[in-house]
Amino acid sequence: MTPTLEVSGLHTHFFTRAGVVKAVDGVDFAIQPGEVMGLVGESGSGKSITGFSIIGLIDDPGRIVSGSIKLKGEELVGAPEDRMRSLRGNRIAMIFQDPMMTLNPVLRVDTQMVEAIRAHRKVSKREALAQCRDTLGMVGIPAPEERLRAYPHQLSGGMRQRVAIAIAFLNEPDVIIADEPTTALDVTIQSQIIFEAQKLCKRTGTSLIWITHDLAVVAGIADDINVMYAGRIVEAGGIDAVIDTPLHPYTVGLLGSVPTSNRRGERLTQIPGMPPNVLNLPEGCTFRERCPRASAECHVEPTIQQPRPGQRVRCFHPHLDEVTV
Amino acid sequence: MTAPILEVRNASKRFSKSLDFAAKLARRMGANVSEETVHAVDGVDLAIMPGEVVGLVGESGCGKSTLGRMVAGIMPPSDGSIIFEGVDIAGMDGAEARKAALEVQMIFQDPFASLNPRMRVEQIIGEAPLFHGIVSRAELSDYVDDIMRRTGLDPTLKRRYPHQFSGGQRQRIGIARALAVKPRFLVCDEAIAALDVSIQAQVINLFVDLREELDLTYLFISHDLSVVEHISDRVVIMYLGRVVESAPIADIFDAPNHPYTVALLNEAPRLDQRRRVFEPVKGEIPSPIDPPPGCHFHPRCPHAHARCSAERPVLREIAPGRLSACHLND
Repeated sequence: MTPTLEVSGLHTHFFTRAGVVKAVDGVDFAIQPGEVMGLVGESGSGKSITGFSIIGLIDDPGRIVSGSIKLKGEELVGAPEDRMRSLRGNRIAMIFQDPMMTLNPVLRVDTQMVEAIRAHRKVSKREALAQCRDTLGMVGIPAPEERLRAYPHQLSGGMRQRVAIAIAFLNEPDVIIADEPTTALDVTIQSQIIFEAQKLCKRTGTSLIWITHDLAVVAGIADDINVMYAGRIVEAGGIDAVIDTPLHPYTVGLLGSVPTSNRRGERLTQIPGMPPNVLNLPEGCTFRERCPRASAECHVEPTIQQPRPGQRVRCFHPHLDEVTV
Repeated sequence: MTAPILEVRNASKRFSKSLDFAAKLARRMGANVSEETVHAVDGVDLAIMPGEVVGLVGESGCGKSTLGRMVAGIMPPSDGSIIFEGVDIAGMDGAEARKAALEVQMIFQDPFASLNPRMRVEQIIGEAPLFHGIVSRAELSDYVDDIMRRTGLDPTLKRRYPHQFSGGQRQRIGIARALAVKPRFLVCDEAIAALDVSIQAQVINLFVDLREELDLTYLFISHDLSVVEHISDRVVIMYLGRVVESAPIADIFDAPNHPYTVALLNEAPRLDQRRRVFEPVKGEIPSPIDPPPGCHFHPRCPHAHARCSAERPVLREIAPGRLSACHLND
């Protein structure tokens, strides 16, 4: 089966006056139809830039330097802008953290939604409106008829994010990139949004990339997980494998930092130091300065290994035997 | 039994928007216009024992920050009273009021907005203890060094400005500033929400260590249950300005009583629950301008019955040390 989306050797760099920022520096993954992939990392790890690279929204001074992004076999890197425009919002859609980034504050919801349909398909306004109403109903908006005539500022944060999700699903795309879509929302609203996204993906066969810093959310929805650190994927695999038996010292540290019920009141394992400055990354393994297992070997960049089936890691000293979490 | 270090008695806070000229005119003409009032905090009772860590949990708009601000003395309550060591703060004067104000310090959510960008770190930390005569000018430098070391900051960086630090370090500066006046009670308002996961763990550990070293009492305000579960002894859950449940940490997670608590616990994502089917509670958080009558949670509650929309449930003891405000307990 051809994967819906295949990213290999992706390098996206920003050429700033202060130097080259290697925001994405070696990212590989593939997503099957209907699969949910969690892309996890801390701020500055390049997880959002990976999403922007896929949907072709990298602005100057940024550039995809090398690598390939294939949507159902079609190469997107270097594709003409016309082609990208016809794919964006149609075959690939994106949901942002702040729904006001997607929504135009001076247009009514119906205007924006109809526009998103009619940009890609020749349908009458009436048909488009009917479809908008159905989609709003699908994401759990009560009284969609009334909401269609509202302006974004008249909706609550959770409602706005639902509208943004409805717009992403309008054309039943192959891939949706969700960039921290629930981070700004309350717990009960977050769980409603995840519920709707899960349901729609199952129904339409859409693949979902869920970008977040919250490991617990990813554990709840993802099939596969990719952990990013300083522009690279350091560990990837099935959700159970990576969370129960993490290999990379960074993943181990990250999991140790999450408070869980069985370690109530104890000290959390903390990763010393701070994420490195992206303008001046250390040579070799970028995690080595914070890593308890680092050795002289780590001054050379580690290659990706697969010590267990279905679990890849970029490390010379993976946690192979010990039960760590 | 020891006396509580801090007590909130039936405190309320209302914010009213006064009518503008046009609205006043419209009312003169007979239009049905009235002032909008937000009941941010609506009759809350809370007692915190010395050395206790109380987690205050709720969603946005539930009044947890407003309650925190009243406890810290930044905002006076509209009704009710805040009692520090047996004395009402509102009735204190002069030196006594200043002493009580110093004893309770607050740590804010946004480490980017809560530090003066034009002051050096040594001024930020050293200003208050110098003003209040806690240290002399001669000892100030050593005093600041000591507090910086205690909060995990390198004292050689004290001549720098806040923008030269990362988010986690700035939060440490905020903690150092609060500790500099030797408080006994800290109100932490979403103090780690803006930080990355690995940095969050460092700051949580700092809070745990400081509590042991300095014998501090915390009111830890957060929307994140797992963080609260980790560091608190007791949890207080708020919904739309009212306390709905209060219980020791183990009890509330093992056997939540109030339906809202049950919903919150079910819906918080957890590491050990994979590929789960989310079963969200219906509806949105109502506006605090026009909260539903009776129990505020009844429009979203799966167990609501007729009484819930008519009568406000009282917060009462359902087991030793456990309080809940729900008609289902009758």
